[in-house]
Amino acid sequence: MTSELDIFVGNTTLIDEDVYRLWLDGYSVNDAVALRVRSGILEQTGATAGVLQSDTMDHYRTFHMLERLLHAPPKLLHQLIFQIPPSRQALLIERYYTFDEAFVREVLGKKLSKGTKKDLDDISAKTGITLKSCRRQFDNFKRVFKVVEEMRGSLVDNIQQHFLLSDRLARDYAAIVFFANNRFETGKKKLQYLSFGDFAFCAELMIQNWTLGAVDSQMDDMDVDLDKEFLQDLKELKVLVADKDLLDLHKSLVCAALRGKLGVFSEMETNFKNLSRGLVNVAAKLTHNKDVRDLFVDLVEKFVEPCRSDHWTLNDVRLFLNQYSASVHSLDGFRHQTLWDRYMGTLRGCLLRLYHD
Amino acid sequence: MPGKLKVKIVAGRHLPVMDRASDLTDAFVEVKFGNTTFKTDVYLKSLNPQWNSEWFKFEVDDEDLQDEPLQITVLDHDTYSANDAIGKVYIDIDPLLYSEAATVISGWFPIYDTIHGIRGEINVVVKVDLFNDLNRFRQSSCGVKFFCTTSIPKCYRAVVIHGFVEELVVNEDPEYQWIDRIRTPRASNEARQRLISLMSGELQRKIGLKVLEMRGNAVVGYLQCFDLEGESGLVVRAIGTACTLDKLSSPAAFLPACNSPSKEMKESPLVHPPSHGCRSTHNSPIHTATGSRLTQNFSVSVPTLIYTGMGSGSAGKEGGPFKALLRQQTQAALEQRGGSPHRFCRRREFPFLTLTAFPPGLLVHVGGVVSARSVKLLDRIHNPDEPETRDAWWAEIRQEIKSHAKALGCHAVVGYSESTSICEEVCILSASGTAAVLNPRFLQEGTVEGSLEQRIEENLPVGCGFCHIPYDELNMPFPAHLTYCYNCRKQKVPDVLFTTIDLPTDAVVVGKGCLIQARLCRLKKKAQAEANATAISNLLPFMEYEVHTQLMNKLKLKGMNALFGLRIQITVGENMLMGLASATGVYLAALPTPGGIQIAGKTPNDGSYEQHISHMQKRINDTIAKNKELYEINPPEVSEEIIGSPIPEPRQRSRLLRSQSESSDEVTELDLSHGKKDAFVLEIDDTDAMEDVHSLLTDVPPPSGFYSCNTEIMPGINNWTSEIQMFTSVRVVRLSSLNLTNQALNKNFNGLCENLLKSLYFKLRSMTPCCLCHVNFTVSLPEDELIQVTVTAVAITFDKNQALQTTKAHAEKTLQRASTDNDELLQFPLELCSDSLPAPAFPATKEHLESASSNSGTPAAQRAVTVEKASPMGDGNFRNRSAPPCASSTVGVVKMTPLSFIPGAKITKYLGIINMFFIRETTSLREEGGVSGFLHAFIAEVFAMVRAHVAALGGNAVVSYIMKQCVFMENPSKNQAQCLINVSGDAVVFVRESDLEAMSTQQSAVNCQTSCPGEVTT
Repeated sequence: MTSELDIFVGNTTLIDEDVYRLWLDGYSVNDAVALRVRSGILEQTGATAGVLQSDTMDHYRTFHMLERLLHAPPKLLHQLIFQIPPSRQALLIERYYTFDEAFVREVLGKKLSKGTKKDLDDISAKTGITLKSCRRQFDNFKRVFKVVEEMRGSLVDNIQQHFLLSDRLARDYAAIVFFANNRFETGKKKLQYLSFGDFAFCAELMIQNWTLGAVDSQMDDMDVDLDKEFLQDLKELKVLVADKDLLDLHKSLVCAALRGKLGVFSEMETNFKNLSRGLVNVAAKLTHNKDVRDLFVDLVEKFVEPCRSDHWTLNDVRLFLNQYSASVHSLDGFRHQTLWDRYMGTLRGCLLRLYHD
Repeated sequence: MPGKLKVKIVAGRHLPVMDRASDLTDAFVEVKFGNTTFKTDVYLKSLNPQWNSEWFKFEVDDEDLQDEPLQITVLDHDTYSANDAIGKVYIDIDPLLYSEAATVISGWFPIYDTIHGIRGEINVVVKVDLFNDLNRFRQSSCGVKFFCTTSIPKCYRAVVIHGFVEELVVNEDPEYQWIDRIRTPRASNEARQRLISLMSGELQRKIGLKVLEMRGNAVVGYLQCFDLEGESGLVVRAIGTACTLDKLSSPAAFLPACNSPSKEMKESPLVHPPSHGCRSTHNSPIHTATGSRLTQNFSVSVPTLIYTGMGSGSAGKEGGPFKALLRQQTQAALEQRGGSPHRFCRRREFPFLTLTAFPPGLLVHVGGVVSARSVKLLDRIHNPDEPETRDAWWAEIRQEIKSHAKALGCHAVVGYSESTSICEEVCILSASGTAAVLNPRFLQEGTVEGSLEQRIEENLPVGCGFCHIPYDELNMPFPAHLTYCYNCRKQKVPDVLFTTIDLPTDAVVVGKGCLIQARLCRLKKKAQAEANATAISNLLPFMEYEVHTQLMNKLKLKGMNALFGLRIQITVGENMLMGLASATGVYLAALPTPGGIQIAGKTPNDGSYEQHISHMQKRINDTIAKNKELYEINPPEVSEEIIGSPIPEPRQRSRLLRSQSESSDEVTELDLSHGKKDAFVLEIDDTDAMEDVHSLLTDVPPPSGFYSCNTEIMPGINNWTSEIQMFTSVRVVRLSSLNLTNQALNKNFNGLCENLLKSLYFKLRSMTPCCLCHVNFTVSLPEDELIQVTVTAVAITFDKNQALQTTKAHAEKTLQRASTDNDELLQFPLELCSDSLPAPAFPATKEHLESASSNSGTPAAQRAVTVEKASPMGDGNFRNRSAPPCASSTVGVVKMTPLSFIPGAKITKYLGIINMFFIRETTSLREEGGVSGFLHAFIAEVFAMVRAHVAALGGNAVVSYIMKQCVFMENPSKNQAQCLINVSGDAVVFVRESDLEAMSTQQSAVNCQTSCPGEVTT
């Protein structure tokens, strides 16, 4: 006696959170059943393996049917076929768009193209996340990217409106979209110590201060593209390291202010010019796309690593960066104070976040 | 021209992409009613078109209004080729035709295509202006209300219950017409859907006419079914109970939902002057468009069996009772009917009620289950001269049921239902019900309500009256074991009671009830025509016998003594017959404690065998003890003296009177009873019997926290909380052809049902403690080795702690009230209720009846109010208020339930009947996820369409929902499948009782504010 057909349809669609998780994680029905058996559910409920198999199949079928709607979450709210309480709808959407840290680190900053999609099996092998789940996550990134890419208004708001995600998750997606659009390099070995959270933090600061949206809230792509004019202007900052007097004056101001307050004062003093050169050169190079992509590599190479090798504490870094930014206001010959603040304000935040082991 | 139908097409959304090039659609809409069609403009390049059409007006007869559905077709405009259909919406406008139901249909409807399923939604507004012209001869019956609910609907009271109404219409099935060979599957499906919609409309109109003729204004317990007879045609038949209902002045009158006082005025003039005279009972059942191709050229009738008591397996000693069965070939039923003594009083011809629950005082005594079956051969021979064949078949069966009821000393049959099972050209017609004695006061017009009140006081609220035997003790239709009622000690009761009705609300029950099922398969040889019909009719009595034995054994095993809601389904397939009986077992305090089950071995002096027997006996005794504990059956001890002298018929009998023959005059009675008084003997004389005993013990009780029943409410649980989950589950299994023996089949079938139940318990585990109510199993045999089981039920949560207290209190109270049971006046034969009585207006003591009928309502629901207040509300509570149907974006929740009520809520308005028929077909079965994916999606779509229609009527729930048919056919090798589903129910508006209270306090607050405006102005 074999079961040809076996279905259960409720007027209110039954959603089993545990099975949903297994489905999202890309397990096959059989694997999911095995995992559920291992969780001890048979003992708890007195059910048989057959019952579990049938139940799992049912849920998988339901999720499969829901998936089409989850691709455009507002559809899930308006559709008539599945009656699902709003709280459950929110849960379905949120979980569907939730991604794995390990996965996002692999694709962050990469072009969301077919080429990248082909590499998903490598990523799957590397991270231990099933290929199915990798595909879902990748497609989610790509889908969100496509929808909000050319939209006006705040990136986070757009994502929230079109995908009904929680604030937290929408912010993460904003970072992913921002990184994908600007193709920031995040995969280098040097950057491996950084988490998605680190990058997302930086992305948020950069969206707030460095994009078109920071100056004009009615532009297309305002939150996605960096403000080209601003990047051009950054060249002006070069004077800070090119003009030897200005550089010396800057150094003396910083040193005067920090003497006795910094655990690594002498190291700072000897390294000041290198560090300053590094930070200003990063700014000056941002006119080239290639250098924009390498922003994080440069920051780590030019600032994080030298400080780290001299054993700066986070507090040392904070004191230094504050003073380093502020002292520029006292440089009489320097006329680009606003530009400097827009640049350094964001960079300081990013560097502090990036400075850890 | 008494009606104007107005339709407005507002907008569409989520349309499918019809133009691959642009990824968009150029959609327009055709609106068709009868032969008139209107079109909207084409809305270019959009998946969310905004047509905002003018009002399309159709000027039509009310007859057409009742018969025709409104047909809305959404198409994609194509300049060069034919326009592509996106899908259709059929809207039944019947709910707009009677007052106090819906006044407008407005909302988003899923656009449905029989090949692609739901493809987007369309927003439609429909209105009807009816002109009343009451004086002309009516062909229409606008204004008669229809209810699927098998009790008096909650916001009405029954003034008169007129009785049984039935009708059937016949047509050719478009699927089998020659044209079907050249048209597309889509066209064919749509032709079928449309035809069935038309036939349903016509049927309902005709039934309505009969009701008006009886001077009623409503049909309660309306059950409409389709018989897909294949090449011989399509039969749509319906039965119901005609009533005169009065709307109760709603306590929630301030709610917007009930604010249509002007509408209610239309009510009264609908009563048609009675047409006297001796007209043919059956209006021509034939759809006028086509002649009937149906005929009866062969009919096998099965001998009448009166199973007085199937209890004893030892019947075998007598050499097998079935040897004594008489075979009869009867075809004279028509003549018999012609000579019916009751023709003078047309509407009383069949004193049947399709109700399963009754206003207090109506049900006086219950005799037992009566059922009749008949095997018929469908034939293709055209015989337009004999158009009433189907009608005649049913008339025979009903006649038989009636005579059985009479044999039980009853004049009426309640909880009556009819069904068919068709395989190729063989058709089994079945009817069953519960023989009963009713209080005739309810059934006559012009009842003085004051006296009704008196009667109820005098006679009934004992809680045991219905158990008392209606038949004459000294002249019993069959041998039975009687005792004095354990409740009142005055009247005689049987030891076991089987019924098809719900447990009366005042019945005193000990402990809880449970679902009891008997399952059975019998192989039969494949055969053709007459030989096949004969083989089937030969098997039927054996099946009935075994089903009954199983039921009885399982009932004893549960330690219970009565079955309610009994439904026996016999399904015929190519090479087997299946029997599935479901009922809810309870322990009635009025009936004697059931004896145990005793096992007797056939071969004595065999040590190991004896040991085995005693082992089995022990297991059985343990099971009984365990069940008693599980279902909390601990009846008060009764000492023998109180019971009085034993009645001199020391047999243990149940009342199950059944037959399969038309000729009730020649009833062959068989006494199959040889049981001892106290114990119920199971004899194990061969391996089969052993298997049977084993299978008894394999039924696993539901896991803790779960109860199940197939009645409306679970006996012994009163405190429902508000969370409900209605579901449908379908399983199809393929039997391996190798092991096709009766035993293996039985085992498989048992396993299938048990596993299905287990799966349900597992799926619903998060709802515990909960009860599966109205569990409805349907078995069909779509192909040689396929068994399909469909289950629909509702899971309702309840508050565990309160349950015990209320039941106890209830039981004690009822026991105290036990008083004399006086039934001398009540055995009026129904037929004597004369037609000629004038119908005086009844100035009523309205208060009493209102309170009475609210008592008959859902005590559970009323009690649940307090429960809700005490416990935090669960997930099921979100957005319960009836949202305006057009509520912009969010979809309003529509509850669905097979029950007639919604726990913790009050139904404030009935909006009309929902009766929908859908066909879905696919030629890409694999791509849609195989058979499971296909059917899962289809059933979800059906639910969605039902909900959308209810929401468009302004409702927020469907009660008495039933999936009457789910016919699934597959052809995996061709990658094809087809499914037909028919569902029905009553669309209603309900209000949470907690909301009601909140609203009334709000209201009073508002009143207070407005009443003292002085303060505000200062």
